[in-house]
Amino acid sequence: MERVVTSGAATEVTLKPKDYKSDIKPVWCPGCGDFSVLAAITRALAALKVAPENVAVISGIGCSSRIPAYLDTYGFHGAHGRALPLATGLKISRPDLCVLVAGGDGDGFSIGGNHFLQVCRRNVDITYIVMDNQVYGMTKGQASPTTEPDWDRSKLTPHGTRINAFYPLVVALASGANFIARASSSDPNGAAKVIGEAIGHPGFSFVQVLSPCVTFRPEQRDWKKIVRPAPIEATTDPAAAARRLMTDDNFYLGVLYKGNRAPFEPDSAGQPSTEQELEEEFKV
Amino acid sequence: MNDPAISIALVGSGGSGVMTAGSLLLEAAGRAGLYGMMSRSSGPQIRGGEAAALLRISTRPVFCLGNRFDFLVAIDWANAERFAAEIPLDTESTIVGDDDIPDEFSASGATFKEVSFKRLAAQSAGLRPNMIALGLIGSAIGLPPGELEAVAKKLLDHKGKATVEASVSALSIGAATLDGLKTIDIKTESVAELWNISGNEAAGLGAVRGGVRFVAAYPITPATEMLEWLAPALEKIGGTLVQAEDELASVNQLIGASFGGTPSLTATSGPGLALMTESIGLAVASETPVVVVNVMRGGPSTGIPTKSEQSDLNIALYGLHGDAPHLVVAPLSVSDCLFSAQWAVHLAETLQTAAIVLSDQSLAQTRAVIPRPVDVFFGARRAVQTEAWEDYERYATVPGGVSPMALPGLTGCQYTADGLEHNTQGTPSSRVEDHARQLDKRRDKLALHDYGDHWAHIDGNGPMAIITWGSSLAPVEEAVETLAPEGIALRVIAPRLLMPVQPERMAAALEGVETALVVEQSHGGQFFHYIRAFYAPECELHSMARPGPLPIRPADVTHAIREQWRGS
Ligand SMILES: Cc1ncc(C[n+]2csc(CCOP(=O)(O)OP(=O)(O)O)c2C)c(N)n1
Ligand code: SF4
Repeated sequence: MERVVTSGAATEVTLKPKDYKSDIKPVWCPGCGDFSVLAAITRALAALKVAPENVAVISGIGCSSRIPAYLDTYGFHGAHGRALPLATGLKISRPDLCVLVAGGDGDGFSIGGNHFLQVCRRNVDITYIVMDNQVYGMTKGQASPTTEPDWDRSKLTPHGTRINAFYPLVVALASGANFIARASSSDPNGAAKVIGEAIGHPGFSFVQVLSPCVTFRPEQRDWKKIVRPAPIEATTDPAAAARRLMTDDNFYLGVLYKGNRAPFEPDSAGQPSTEQELEEEFKV
Repeated sequence: MNDPAISIALVGSGGSGVMTAGSLLLEAAGRAGLYGMMSRSSGPQIRGGEAAALLRISTRPVFCLGNRFDFLVAIDWANAERFAAEIPLDTESTIVGDDDIPDEFSASGATFKEVSFKRLAAQSAGLRPNMIALGLIGSAIGLPPGELEAVAKKLLDHKGKATVEASVSALSIGAATLDGLKTIDIKTESVAELWNISGNEAAGLGAVRGGVRFVAAYPITPATEMLEWLAPALEKIGGTLVQAEDELASVNQLIGASFGGTPSLTATSGPGLALMTESIGLAVASETPVVVVNVMRGGPSTGIPTKSEQSDLNIALYGLHGDAPHLVVAPLSVSDCLFSAQWAVHLAETLQTAAIVLSDQSLAQTRAVIPRPVDVFFGARRAVQTEAWEDYERYATVPGGVSPMALPGLTGCQYTADGLEHNTQGTPSSRVEDHARQLDKRRDKLALHDYGDHWAHIDGNGPMAIITWGSSLAPVEEAVETLAPEGIALRVIAPRLLMPVQPERMAAALEGVETALVVEQSHGGQFFHYIRAFYAPECELHSMARPGPLPIRPADVTHAIREQWRGS
């Protein structure tokens, strides 16, 4: 099949969601929420008709960060917490690609926390999907930044962390993210729709997907009973979004904020010169 | 004295224009067909502290500061005594300045010539003391006045006619003050095209020539000027420089850009390199080419940010976790910063791995007038998969070890690059065979490559050798030249390629050597231990290891050699 690569999102192909899956079997525990997130991503890509070779999925380390290998797109499974800068470098130098970042709450908000702030500020046109299970699954159940302060089931923090939980959506808004949404692995179709919209929105898009860790936080299976669509439409007004997110109980789903900041573009000179011309300044 | 070089130190408080005067002097010397270099030294203040411009001008290319200074010119003496150790004077030297000369300098026995630049400048409006000092010293060493005027005009043209005229008259006032000063005339000879360039700029140009089109970095002394040169340069040629939030981000941005097919590079110094090491390992494991230029400064920790030291050798060689074969390349002079950076990009791209370039403050922040570096061209580039292939395997074990890389956008070759150990397809694997195969692949591709004669600078012969590296080569070469007339013949071996090691080539270079001295600027003898560990020379091996911040001077090396070989 001949395809001209123009823009990642613009090259249309008609494929089924399963065509975006690789044949590698996930390492995840049966029942892990991440299976649904994988399904949601493939559905979103199929709906967008984006060619798999024009998609790059970048991740760090964690159970959730294993996701690139399960997709038949290009991928990079990098270092713990460093997926966002890796994706930033890729997207800036290859604006033609559709670049997704996927990973966990520990990867994104703890070890990679500063990159999260900076990538919201920079507003490069990438989409960040965090599978939030409020725990470090891969290292067998320690508290993460989104864990409640009184969660005392980890041997490392037997009395709970006793430090405030981190509210990623609020932080994303304050830091300048251009698109903020929440989805749930219990509703893969809803998640697919939100992820699709995030990819389509220019600039940095952030999607928190509530994705239970059935092994270390089995009580999260009940999330599916609590989650519900947000009662109002997405706002473009940051002040309104701030009020909504500050009073949010963390279980409203849907697109919560859609900004209209122009995405980051690297500087480019009006008049290109050659390598030879660069030497001129050194001549005595 | 057969040394044709003249050494000049200009000192003054912040804002006195010492660096401007020094730069103009160097540029004017270059225009007169002379070679030269200028290194800068400054106090701890962020801005406005005392500063010293240390110059050496000669009819031959010069790459290190001399053993002593012929002239010390003080625009004023504020805190100048702090530079006393860096400006050795003797009875042959001349000091020019106000009469409140600090004891540290007067004790040298140098001839003192009282000149108050401030008072001379007060004669009429617009006269600047640094320009008067420039006129004085320029004329003292015999530079044609026209060249001084030309460089001053070039610098000040945008400030208007009055400023230019004032500076021209300041230059002539300075020149007229010369009476009674010891002048040394330099016979100027015409030479081929000369460049006035710093090591940081040369490394930047080398990077661009090597094909780098993406740079991400976090500012750090003494690497920042390389980035400041690269930012507009890349913009002009269609590349990008991103100021990242930290070095963890910058090195990962490189990996991302390189994964997408763009040759990528960063510049940093010790603390930044330390932060990057985890992800340099990722570049090695995922076989993604990246180049990290580490401009060494005094360490550990924040250390001495503005002074040179060759003490990041260990972290560059051994700082990565796991068995992580990578490239370490060290430029041997200011002009070699260009070649080394370009070569490192070529090697990283060709071998799909990480390269660390070990420059240092004394190379990077020294400005030198040098013959235009010769153009080098490396044909080989990154091996890229160009067409769809059903059985494509990103990490295939192929002869030579370098497997073609598919770039995103290519249909049918989708793969996931991985820092987790993987099989040939890139699928994570902890199997014994997969680990062994990929470890071998990553080692062999570096080991099997032919690095040619670029691997080292080798000169001379005989049973006595000096093994050195980086910026220590220049004082070593001068020492060797000084000793030659005394009948002391020395062989010099300076590896440019520090990793992977080249045992056969080193053995050949050391053939017939009975005693060798290992010269380096570190406290712990890092290079000495490296030479012993990897090359285990059969000869007697001695160490001359000295930490910064003082530069290694040719006389230090001559002294060490005389000590070493007194008996023989
Ligand atoms: C530098 C570094 N420190 C620690 C680890 C160990 N580690 C691996 S994954 C992980 C936490 C993952 O948690 P999260 O991102 O929430 O993902 P999950 O496994 O829950 O999907 C940690 C601490 C590592 N790989 N690298
Ligand atoms: S440990 Fe938790 S997060 Fe990890 S795969 Fe199992 S259920 Fe999923």
